[in-house]
Amino acid sequence: MALLQVEGVSKKFGGLQAVNDVSFYIRRGTIKALIGPNGAGKTTLFNLISGFLRPDSGTVLFEERPIQNLRPYQIAGRGLARTFQHIKLFSKMTALENVMIGRHSHSRAEFIAGILNLPRTRREETDIRERSLEIMEFLGIAGLAGLEATSLSYGQQRAVELARALACEPKLLLLDEPAAGLNMRETAETARLIARIKDMGVTVLLVEHDMSLVMNISDEIIVLSYGQTIADDTPLAIQKNAEVISIYLGEDDA
Amino acid sequence: MPHGKYIRLSVLILAVVAVQLLTHFTGATYHLTQLTMSAYYSMVIIGLCLLIGYAGQISLGHAGFFAIGGYTSAFLTTFDLTPYRGKAVVSLLAKAGVLSARQDLYGGSLLTVQPWTACVIAILLTLLVAYIIGGPVLKLKGHYLAMATLGFGIIVYRLVLGTTFLGAADGLSDVPAFTLFPGVGVSGKISMIIQNYYIAWGLVILGMIVLLNLIDSRVGRALRAIHAAEDAADAMGVNVSKYKLNIFVLSAVYAAVAGVFLTHYNGGIGPSEASIMKSVRYVAIVAVGGMANLWGALSMGVLLNYLSLRGYLGSYDDAVFGGILIVIMLFAPEGLLRSGVLGDLKRTFSFRSDQGGAE
Repeated sequence: MALLQVEGVSKKFGGLQAVNDVSFYIRRGTIKALIGPNGAGKTTLFNLISGFLRPDSGTVLFEERPIQNLRPYQIAGRGLARTFQHIKLFSKMTALENVMIGRHSHSRAEFIAGILNLPRTRREETDIRERSLEIMEFLGIAGLAGLEATSLSYGQQRAVELARALACEPKLLLLDEPAAGLNMRETAETARLIARIKDMGVTVLLVEHDMSLVMNISDEIIVLSYGQTIADDTPLAIQKNAEVISIYLGEDDA
Repeated sequence: MPHGKYIRLSVLILAVVAVQLLTHFTGATYHLTQLTMSAYYSMVIIGLCLLIGYAGQISLGHAGFFAIGGYTSAFLTTFDLTPYRGKAVVSLLAKAGVLSARQDLYGGSLLTVQPWTACVIAILLTLLVAYIIGGPVLKLKGHYLAMATLGFGIIVYRLVLGTTFLGAADGLSDVPAFTLFPGVGVSGKISMIIQNYYIAWGLVILGMIVLLNLIDSRVGRALRAIHAAEDAADAMGVNVSKYKLNIFVLSAVYAAVAGVFLTHYNGGIGPSEASIMKSVRYVAIVAVGGMANLWGALSMGVLLNYLSLRGYLGSYDDAVFGGILIVIMLFAPEGLLRSGVLGDLKRTFSFRSDQGGAE
C-alpha cells in the first residue's frame, strides 16, 4: 500500500516549469530513489512533498491524507522527516542538542511546563536525551554528542543531520543527496546505514547522484528530466531503459 | 549546566542582600533608589535578551510596551471616577471591589481603579497589543523587522505625547502606591526604600528563574534552533511562527510589568519612557551583555542603568548608549561578557600559544 502518493503535481517558477505533472507513489517499507540530471526538479519535488513549497496544482497524499497545503512542521508531525542537500545543522548547539530537536514532535513541554520545570517535564527531557543518544549510537556517532555540531567534519555533519531526522521517528524519510561530498568509504557506510534504516521499517525517498549507491539499495527508481517523469521502475529495468541512458550519456540537447 | 544555574542564582540573591547591608552600614541607603529603578529596567532587558539573543528576533519598540504597561496603570489609578458615580458601569465596578477611594493631595476625595486591577488590565492590554502587532510584524526578518518595531515604538511615543488625558508632554503624576499585600507595597516613599529594593529585586530574580528554566527546556532548545536555521527547525516539527510570537509577547509582558512597577515606584510616568532612545538603550545593553546571555544582560542592565541614573554618564547619556552600540557591533558582536572575549584577553596576556581553536 502506498505511504506517499504524489498525483499530478506541478510547480512553476516564473517562466520555468520546474516540476510538470509528476505522479508516483512509494510503498511502505521500500526505498525509492529519485534521479535525474541537474535542474531536473528533484529538490523542488522534495520541497513540494515536505511543505517548503506549495504545488500550483496536484495533490500529495501521505497515508491517504492530503498534505500539500500543510506547513513543514505539520508535515513533520505527521511522520515525514527530511535532510537537506546543503547541510542545515543548528550552529552554537552540540551534536546531541541538534538530534534532540528531532524529538520535538514526540514531546510536549510547552512554555508553562518549561517555566515551571516540574518533575514530569524533567522526565521528558531525560527521555528526549536518552532516545537521542540511542539514535546517535545506532549511527556510530555517540562520541560526538558533546561537540559543537557545526565544528564537525563534513561526513560527521551528514551523520548528525541523519540522526536528527531519525530522531523524528519518521514513517517516511526524505534524504537529499545523503552521499554528496562523502568519500568512497563514507558513501559505502551511508548505503549500509540506509539499508539498516529500511530494516527498521522506515520508508525512504532519496535524491542521489552516486549511481552505485542508488542501484545497490533502491527498490525502485524514478527518473526526472526537465520536471517530467521519464521512467519509474526497478533498478534493473532503469539500467536498460533507452531513454534514461540517452539522458545520462547523450545529453547533447542540453 | 542546571547546577551552574542554581549557583548563579544563589550568588545573585547573596549579592542583592550584601549590597543592601553595605549601603545600610555605610549610610549610603540613597543608592538603593537607583538600584531599585535599575532592577525594573533590567526586567525589560532580560525579556528583550530572550527575544534577541535566544529567538533571534529584534525589537526596537520595547519602550512602547513599557509605556503601555506604565501608562495604563498610571491612568487607571489616577483617573477620578467620582463624577461618574451614578453610571451603571462604575457602580458595578465598585460592587466588584475593583475601585478604591482615597484622598488626593489637597484633601479632595478620589475614586479610582485599584492598583492590582490596573496592573492586570495593563498586562492584558499589553498581551493584546503584542499579539496584534507581533502576528504580522514577525513575518519580517532582519532590517525589516527592526524598522517595523521601530515604527510601532514611534506610534506609541507620539500617542502618549499627543494625548491630553495621558498628560501629553507632562505625563501622569500622583500615581498611588501599589499595595501588593497588606503592609507591602511599591512606593517611592523614603520610609519604604529598603522594602522596595527587595520587591524590585525579588521580581528580577523571579523573572530570571522563569527565563532560565525556559531556555533550558524543550522550548528554549527550539528557540535556539530557530535562531540558527529556521527552515531546518520547521522541518523538525517546530512551529516557528508560534514560538516567535509567544516569545515576542512574553518579552513585551516583561517590559509592561517593569513599566507598571516603576510607574508606581516613581509615582508617575512621562513620555520619555516611551521614546525611541529608550528602546535603543535596551537593545544596546542586551548587545553589551552578549546577546544570548541572560546573566550578561542582567549585570550590564543593572550596571549601565545605575551609572546613567546616578548621572555618571552626564548629559550625553543617550549618546553614550548609541556609542556603546556602535563599539560593540564593531569590536565584540558577541558581547563583552562572552567567553570568547575573555579568552582573547587571556590569550593576549598569556605566553602560551596553544589555546587557539578551542571554540
